[in-house]
Order: sequence, then C-alpha cells, then structure tokens
Amino acid sequence: MQNLEDLKEQVRKALPELDVVIGWTGGYDPLHATPHFIRRDEDIDKLQVNALCVHNLATYLPSMRGKKVGIIVKGCDSRSVVELLQEKLIDREDVTIFGFGCTGVVDQTKIRRIVGDVGNIDSCEVSGSEVKVSASGTEHKLAMSDVLSEKCATCRYPNAVLSDHFAGAEITSTATFEDGYKDVVEFEEKPEEEKFGFWLKEMDRCIRCYACRNACPMCVCRDHCVAQSRDPHWLSQEAHVRDKWMFQVIHAYHLAGRCTECGECQRACPVDIPILLFKKKMNKEIKEVFDYEAGINPDATPPLMTFKAEEDKITERKW
Amino acid sequence: MAQTKFIKKESLSAWLEELGQAHTVLAPRFEGDSIIFRPYDSEKGVFIDREATAPPKKAIFPQSETLLEYSQIKDMENLTKIAIDVKETIPTTTYVVFGGRPCDARGFTMFDRVYLDGDQVDVYYKARRENTCFITLTCEKGETTCFCNAVGSGPSDPDGSDLLITPVTDGYYIECVSTKGEGLLASSLLTDGSSMEGEATKYKQAADASMNEAPDFTGSPEKLLAVFDNGPFWEEMSDKCISCGACTYLCPTCYCFNITDEANGLKGTRIRSWDNCMSSMFTSEASGHNPRPAKANRLKNRVGHKFSYYPDIHGGVISCCGCGRCIKSCPVGVDIREMVKSAIAFVDPTAKEVPAEEPKAAPTEKPAPKETSVKAENTSAKAKKNKKSKKPASKKKGAK
Ligand code: SF4
Ligand code: SF4
Ligand code: SF4
Ligand code: SF4
Ligand code: SF4
Repeated sequence: MQNLEDLKEQVRKALPELDVVIGWTGGYDPLHATPHFIRRDEDIDKLQVNALCVHNLATYLPSMRGKKVGIIVKGCDSRSVVELLQEKLIDREDVTIFGFGCTGVVDQTKIRRIVGDVGNIDSCEVSGSEVKVSASGTEHKLAMSDVLSEKCATCRYPNAVLSDHFAGAEITSTATFEDGYKDVVEFEEKPEEEKFGFWLKEMDRCIRCYACRNACPMCVCRDHCVAQSRDPHWLSQEAHVRDKWMFQVIHAYHLAGRCTECGECQRACPVDIPILLFKKKMNKEIKEVFDYEAGINPDATPPLMTFKAEEDKITERKW
Repeated sequence: MAQTKFIKKESLSAWLEELGQAHTVLAPRFEGDSIIFRPYDSEKGVFIDREATAPPKKAIFPQSETLLEYSQIKDMENLTKIAIDVKETIPTTTYVVFGGRPCDARGFTMFDRVYLDGDQVDVYYKARRENTCFITLTCEKGETTCFCNAVGSGPSDPDGSDLLITPVTDGYYIECVSTKGEGLLASSLLTDGSSMEGEATKYKQAADASMNEAPDFTGSPEKLLAVFDNGPFWEEMSDKCISCGACTYLCPTCYCFNITDEANGLKGTRIRSWDNCMSSMFTSEASGHNPRPAKANRLKNRVGHKFSYYPDIHGGVISCCGCGRCIKSCPVGVDIREMVKSAIAFVDPTAKEVPAEEPKAAPTEKPAPKETSVKAENTSAKAKKNKKSKKPASKKKGAK
C-alpha cells in the first residue's frame, strides 16, 4: 500500500482514544499476513497493509461490542461494517473506521495451485502487478492477475463505503454487477444432476469445523448455531454429506440479503470447498428480486428484515 | 535386527492393490485443492509429496461413528410398554493407512494413553486401533510450520507406525517397526532391503538437517499453569482466534468427541462424533452455565491441555506431534508455538515486586508463597479435567 505511513499516522493519532485498533501484520511465513491487534504505540510499527491482508476484520466487531475499536478496512470489509451497523449489531460511536483505496488481495489457493509446495517460503514481495515468491529456493514470478482473489477481479467497491479516516487516493472501478456473477450464471446453466453431483462431491470432505461460519462477519449466532444445537434438534451430528450440505444451505439462507460477499467463508475453509458460490447465488437473487445489495447504505433496511404489502417483483397470487 | 525390504517405485501401486484385497487402504490424494486420505483408487493415484491437508485421523477416530443401533418395540396390547432392542456395533474393517507422515502416525500414541492405557478401555477405539496399520513415509524436509523436532520426534520417527518407508534410488527402503507391520511384508513385490540402509540413513539425516531450529518448550507444564488465572494474558493470546474447529479437527492428537442419539422414528443410532474445546457448546452445561464462556478460556484449554495438563499425567509427553496443521490451516494464523513460548517467557510483573534481597537468584524461579497456593488450586481444577479425558465414555453432552 502506497500510503501506509499516512495510515499509521492516523492510527497513531486515534489510538489514545481507543481500546484497540485492528489491522494486519506479518504471519508465520513471508507469504502470509495475520490479524494484528494494536494496543500500544510500538504495535503500530508492525502494521502491514498489502495484498496478503486477506482477512475481513469486521468479523471481530460484534464480539467486542462495548469497547472502543478502530478497524482498518478494505472496501469489501467496510461493507460488512455497514451491514453490522444496519442490523444494529455494533454501535457507530464505538467504531472508528480507517479506510484506504484497495487494489485487491491474493487468493492463497491460486498461489498454491501455481507454486505447488508452499511449505518453505524464503521470501515474498508484493507489488501492484506481481507477487514474487521464493519457495524452497525456487523463484516464482506470479502475475497479480493470475493470483488475485475472484472478488477483487470484479470489485465495485474498492474504497471503504464508510470511513472516519481515509489514507491515500481513491481507486476507480469500472466493474459491473453482472461481471461478478458470471460464475453463478455458468453454474446455473448446468443440468440439475451435474449441479447436485458437484455439491455431493465437494461437500463430502467437509469436516464440520465451522470455520466458514465463524469467519463470517454476519454470522452472529455462532455459539447458538442450529448446526450443533440439540434443542431444537435440526441437524444430525453424523458425518453424512446430507448434513454437511444442509448446513451450507442454512448458512446461505441466513445470509440472504445480508451477505456482503467478502468471501471469508470460503477462504477460511481448511479443505477448500467452494462455498461462496451458494452465497453469490443468493445475492444474485436478492438483487433481482429486491434490487438490493447488502452493506452499502447504513440507513437502509435489509429486505428480509422488513416487508412491503405489495412486493414489486413477487407475485403472490396468480390472479 | 528388524526386517528391511525394498520396493521399486513402479511396483508401489501394485503393492497397494495387493494390500487392498484384504484391507481398506487409505492413501492421500488431491481432492479439489486439498490433499485428503481416501480409499485407494489406482486410477486416481496417490499424492505423497507433501504433508496432507487433513491427517488420516478418521481411520481410527472417524468424524462420526455408530456406537449402537436401537429400536423401540411397542407392545400392541399395552402401548405404554416399550421394549428397546440394542445392537452394539464394534467395527471390524481392517485398514492400511499409506503415505502419512511420522507425525500423523505418532498422533495416535497420544490417543492410546487415554483410550487404551487408562482404567477403562474404549472398545471402539481398541478395535479400530488393532485393525489399522500405518505405512509411514519419511519426510524429505520439514515445512516452516513443522516442529516435530520440538516435541520429541522427527521427520523419520517410527513411533506409532508399523512400517516406515524411506525414498531411495528407484524406490523405497522399508523398515518393519511392529509385529503388525510384519504381516504386510509377504508380497513378492518386496525384495531384501539391507543394501539400501546406508542411502536411507543419509536421506533421514538430510531430513533432520532440513528442520528449522526447534522451539524450546522446556518447562511448559509449569509455566502454563502459572498463567492459568491470567485473564489479560489469554485475552491477548486469543485476540485473533475466531473460535472455530479447524485447528482441532485437523490435529492428529485432538481426541475429544460428543455422543448424540440420532433418532429416526422408533429407530435410531447412538453416535460418537468429533467435538472440540474451541466450540462454546463443548462445555455448555444442562443448567445453561458455561465454565468456558469466552474464546480466551477455550484457547487456553487447547494450549494448556497439550502442553501442560496432558504431559503432567502422562510422563511429560507433550500431546502435540508438531505437524503444524493448526498453524497453516487456521483461518487467521494463530500459532500454537508462539503461545507456548509466550507463556514460558511470561514474567509476572507483580512477582517482580518481591524485594530483591538476593540479586543473583532469578526472581521467577523462586515462587512467592502466594503463587504456590494458586498453583495448588490449579492442580485440583486440572485433576478434574483430566478425569474427564481419561474416561471418555462418560462424556455424554448430547443427551440433555
Ligand atoms: S457468507 Fe461468506 S461472503 Fe458472505 S458475508 Fe459471510 S463470510 Fe462474507
Ligand atoms: S469451513 Fe469448510 S470444512 Fe469447515 S464446516 Fe465450513 S465447509 Fe465444512
Ligand atoms: S512435522 Fe515432522 S514428521 Fe510431520 S510432516 Fe513435518 S517434518 Fe514430517
Ligand atoms: S486457533 Fe485458528 S483454527 Fe483454531 S479455533 Fe482459533 S481461529 Fe479457529
Ligand atoms: S497441536 Fe497443532 S502442531 Fe500439534 S499436533 Fe495438533 S495440529 Fe499438529
């Protein structure tokens, strides 16, 4: 990020009034970043903001309610903050938002596909157009366009949609809504058996760890989730693909009109199940039916949290 | 001298086919972008060049397994009278796990102390354990996240395996580690391996040398107890944790479970399925009380159990095999090595206030009387926990 120093300065000024500022720093190897909780001045020096900062930090906000929290957000992350505000799950006066113009983050799975063995990373340099990785002594020059996260390739909100501080210049995006849903359209066109077969195969390796749920900023009933609840008893605890798949369907439905498409659910999945597709399908439907996108306007009411006597696009009676 | 054999690289699939006639062979292969253990399929092959994404834990400790099947039989003459027919389901399938790493097989030695060596033997575990053989592959090199060398093991450790295979020119050098392993050596595809021993030894030495410097966990049992009641310490440690189950379900040594009855009309099954201490519901009591309400309490238990409570009652053995999956598969990069090291390095600022009348003695090594009493308290709290883990069959959270 070009204006990292400006951002650090903004954080430094704000920190005395805050309990914590959440950002990112270097992770367990040069290819990975990790969330960073800034409490002291010296923590600010370790702040890192670049294409490795994949995590959506808005996930932490609801559980920190009551504290004064600063949060550094990419454009997509800011939508989750806004959605949380819309749903009154966090309090505006307690959250200080640090935005910046985001040029995109990498998809670690894509990097693994190209590099193969990422177990020993010697170094990693990230620029706007390239990720240069040295793995087990071999240098790999990866074009950013090949390893960019899908959501970033079609991003329409690269700048925080809501912020108290903004570092650097805004980024312009030319992507359209349709650009982001080509994969959904392509999937929709497949025969039913093929779609079903795809999910049976993909969901089978789910270990029911619920990383997808807990990484999701909008999944706020985590500790009381129907997936594990015995009373009511909705899902069996068997390792059957039926139950694994059922949970994803439940997650997608609970997120309909609320999902900000940050992609954290899929990124968090330790066995790389492409579960974002479920959510994107719902978002596409929500847009078509309600002309609504989650997490853009803090004052808007999500469509499934309200109703119109006569919905514009839902015909309740045939006559 | 244990038996040694050699197998040509190109005969490997034929050997797996042969083994597959009597056993279910589980071997790692790519599925999507992850490397998962699946029943061997010659068309799909195996992928053994890296540590698998998920360990072969499910061979002996399935994600869910049926403990018993039941059906309720109504007496048609007297509908209030219901007889219950119960069928125990002890597993009988035999497995060969091929291509796991030393840490993967060694993980089960942590299970054994709990499920087999205690005063109660878990019959389901015992059956699967006896019915499963591990053909383990020596690692070529460690990854950044590997730290088997810090927990008393290493990239060619045969502990917990039945056969250890090490890559040599044109094939693999096979060492028989257990009597169970001997039973897998009958194949005519295997030839005498003694001439390959030197090459295999060199390979193992290179693997040892490739490892990162081992983090020093000396003193972790006491040091973790010393920070047991330190709320702020664990809050900071758990800041970024999102309290999911990825770390525990991918861990070869995590052995906790839940027991639930899954009914289907008048019939049903009692199953045991994976559960984990990072989940809030894990300790949720029938009264509604939860002794580990926050993620800080839960993460403390994960680290504490592996590096303190378990070693405390099992001869100092750390209940982590160092595979590093919990680090690299954690969605937010929580690093168990760092947490243990932080606990070891932690100096209680209040302990410093003890008058420094003996400047040469290290203040942290001389616990103030107050600290000793805290420790005693923790030990009893811990004893309770351990009782629970020693008697897994009594843990039945599901049936409220
Ligand atoms: S469902 Fe997935 S993409 Fe949508 S908000 Fe949650 S984590 Fe983000
Ligand atoms: S993160 Fe992946 S493996 Fe875990 S519950 Fe979700 S889909 Fe299943
Ligand atoms: S932890 Fe050790 S045994 Fe396990 S994969 Fe790494 S080097 Fe091999
Ligand atoms: S340490 Fe990581 S994988 Fe484990 S519960 Fe916390 S966030 Fe999930
Ligand atoms: S605690 Fe982590 S490193 Fe240790 S065995 Fe479990 S997953 Fe592997």
